[in-house]
Amino acid sequence: MKLSRRDALAALAGVGSASLAGCSGDGSTSLPVDSLVALAETLYPSAAAGHREFVETYVDGRTRGRPAEREALTETVADLNDVAREWYDGRLPGLARADRDTLLREVGVETAAPRRDGTLAERVRRVVDDLLYAFYTSPTGGELVGTSNPPGYPGGTASYHGGR
Amino acid sequence: MSRAPSGRADLLVVGAGPAGSLVAREVAAAGHDVVVLDAGPRFDDEDRTERMAAHLRPDEGSPWPRDPERDGYTTGGRPYPLAASRVKGVGGSTLAWHGMAPRLRERDFELRSRHGVAVDWPLSYADLRPWYARAERALGVAGAADGAEGPPREAPYPMPAFPPSASDRILAEGAASVGLSTRTAPNARNSEPYDGDSPCVGYGTCRPVCPSGAKYTAERTVAAAEAAGARVVDRAPVRRLRVDGDRVTGARYTTPGGDHVQAAREVVLAAGGVETPRLLLLSATADHPDGLANSSGAVGRYFHDHLFAGVGGRVDRETRQHHVGFHTTESHAVYDEADPVVGIKLEFLNDAGPTPVGVALSDGSWGDELADRVREAYGGHLAVGALVEQLPDPSNRVRLDPETVDDTGDPVPRIEWSLDDRTRRGIERANDLQRRVLEAVGADLTWTVDAETAGPAAHQMGTTRMGTDPTESVVGPDCRAHDSRNLWVAGSSVFPTGGAMNPTLTIAALALRLGSRLADRLSGERE
Ligand SMILES: Cc1cc2nc3c(=O)[nH]c(=O)nc-3n(C[C@H](O)[C@H](O)[C@H](O)COP(=O)(O)OP(=O)(O)OC[C@H]3O[C@@H](n4cnc5c(N)ncnc54)[C@H](O)[C@@H]3O)c2cc1C
Ligand code: SF4
Repeated sequence: MKLSRRDALAALAGVGSASLAGCSGDGSTSLPVDSLVALAETLYPSAAAGHREFVETYVDGRTRGRPAEREALTETVADLNDVAREWYDGRLPGLARADRDTLLREVGVETAAPRRDGTLAERVRRVVDDLLYAFYTSPTGGELVGTSNPPGYPGGTASYHGGR
Repeated sequence: MSRAPSGRADLLVVGAGPAGSLVAREVAAAGHDVVVLDAGPRFDDEDRTERMAAHLRPDEGSPWPRDPERDGYTTGGRPYPLAASRVKGVGGSTLAWHGMAPRLRERDFELRSRHGVAVDWPLSYADLRPWYARAERALGVAGAADGAEGPPREAPYPMPAFPPSASDRILAEGAASVGLSTRTAPNARNSEPYDGDSPCVGYGTCRPVCPSGAKYTAERTVAAAEAAGARVVDRAPVRRLRVDGDRVTGARYTTPGGDHVQAAREVVLAAGGVETPRLLLLSATADHPDGLANSSGAVGRYFHDHLFAGVGGRVDRETRQHHVGFHTTESHAVYDEADPVVGIKLEFLNDAGPTPVGVALSDGSWGDELADRVREAYGGHLAVGALVEQLPDPSNRVRLDPETVDDTGDPVPRIEWSLDDRTRRGIERANDLQRRVLEAVGADLTWTVDAETAGPAAHQMGTTRMGTDPTESVVGPDCRAHDSRNLWVAGSSVFPTGGAMNPTLTIAALALRLGSRLADRLSGERE
């Protein structure tokens, strides 16, 4: 099932960044998009497609006008890439999906609580949770688990009583 | 913004929830000077969606900031979760409320005459009926007059009802097979654009925050009161009322910038069912050693709430939970029965079971493994909830706790609360009906909230109750304190009994009635 820009905008509307979501371009240059897409491919179910546009739009909108957030995100991804290089001889985008999955487990992300200034595992967990939030509050993410109108997505008032 | 007092106001209102803001709007619209003081902050409209995101993330707690230093409390008996049962801020607890907005039923005003228990209200449903209609317009209620057993109405609801949900249709079959009728649930929520506010767009997070503005909050009424000339001051908790004989002359309040006194001709307390009696008790003087307006000894007593009872289960069908965050169908079928004597309103939930994002962010895993778990955890849930009436009991009460003080050094409220056998029987009866409805549709039962685990529904009632006898009640039928010439109370603390209906529409009806009378009274004084 293909994730779309519309899904990303929906997820963005659900975190309060809707007013920024229309724009794209300049702000996104410094984001580690390739690595985030690689992460999303690991985090989202294999039936999902269209990660790049979704992740790019979401992360750009989410961090636009919030330089500290953008910096924290970039730094966390760089730190994770450092570990990836040491343990797997490559950055996230170059690793196989299974290796990225193992890397996250080895770093301790599965059991860590999200914390912005925490350990690497806690900081990565925060990024992971944000990407999962985006997915599971988007219509396509919802569809994949059985709802066309997940909480956090303003999907109208038809679907709850049986319409689309 | 200056938090310094205005000159002597015609009316001072303590609390900017629905009760206080509706009184303020009515009186300001009649051209009088109105000052409203609220203990909490003003919340920006712009960050509503971020508050929703915080709510959806399982580790982030309440989206409405709680301040244990400012809002400390203690409990005795059954624990009462006060912090989760109110919001302090402009808009009051309606910032977090669910928005279910039913009227009380005729029987609720006549418990003593009909069943020989508790007390009658000094008002009847018929007395309140025109004010209910106005309250439904003020809050913007969507509903349908479809319940054969509903109390008589004089006009349609201001907005058409939200149609029954997919799960309502399943549960209504179950209800019919065990002989229970169902009806549309009235919602203070826009089913179409209303008064410049958005219709519901299905965020599904109504309780505790609606990002679209479709759910009524008292911020709307505050804006209308301000447009009519009222002055609303936030972060200004009132700590003492000033008295001179049988008149209240004003109130002392504390702001981030210091202490002030606001003088006023008339004073309305609308600080909720816990803080209103607390303020009266805190305002004790040598002449009123047991607290202000407390010659009856009833201030703080007869505290009661509704109990939430529920049963949930799962079926092997699509139930479409969490598409919206409010109920669309309820049942009053057993409400008026004599045994058990307490009222029971059944509610079909549209938000049973976990949310996808809630499971996703608390599970720890990711990828296909996570998606499988989310799918498995999310689908097929059904639940029937209930509000169960609790009869007033003088030993259930709000008092001052001299052992514990808040950030200003004042004793915090202590809530002493317990359940009697009648309420327990009501909860058991509700559970029995809930089980039968769910079993009738083939659900596997997964959880029960029973008499041991039932919690309050965040409806604090009874603590300044209304009556005609000044030895047994705090305010008269007009909501003026028996002991004072110019002190009034708005809110569910005046309810002698609370039925099993969510209280806010009745709070609003009484507030509009009080506001209208105060406006007339002040106009009379002016002439
Ligand atoms: C989670 C939740 C869900 C709910 N759902 C429903 C529902 O579906 N239907 C329903 O009918 N009701 C519901 N309620 C209850 C509803 O919110 C209340 O009945 C209603 O808000 C009460 O209105 P009020 O104006 O009397 O008090 P509040 O709304 O509580 O407002 C009181 C105000 O007074 C202020 N205040 C307190 N002390 C002082 C002081 N000393 N000085 C100055 N200001 C002070 C507070 O800051 C607050 O803003 C719900 C409540 C909660 C918490
Ligand atoms: S479902 Fe609830 S939160 Fe969403 S728009 Fe409607 S009223 Fe608001």
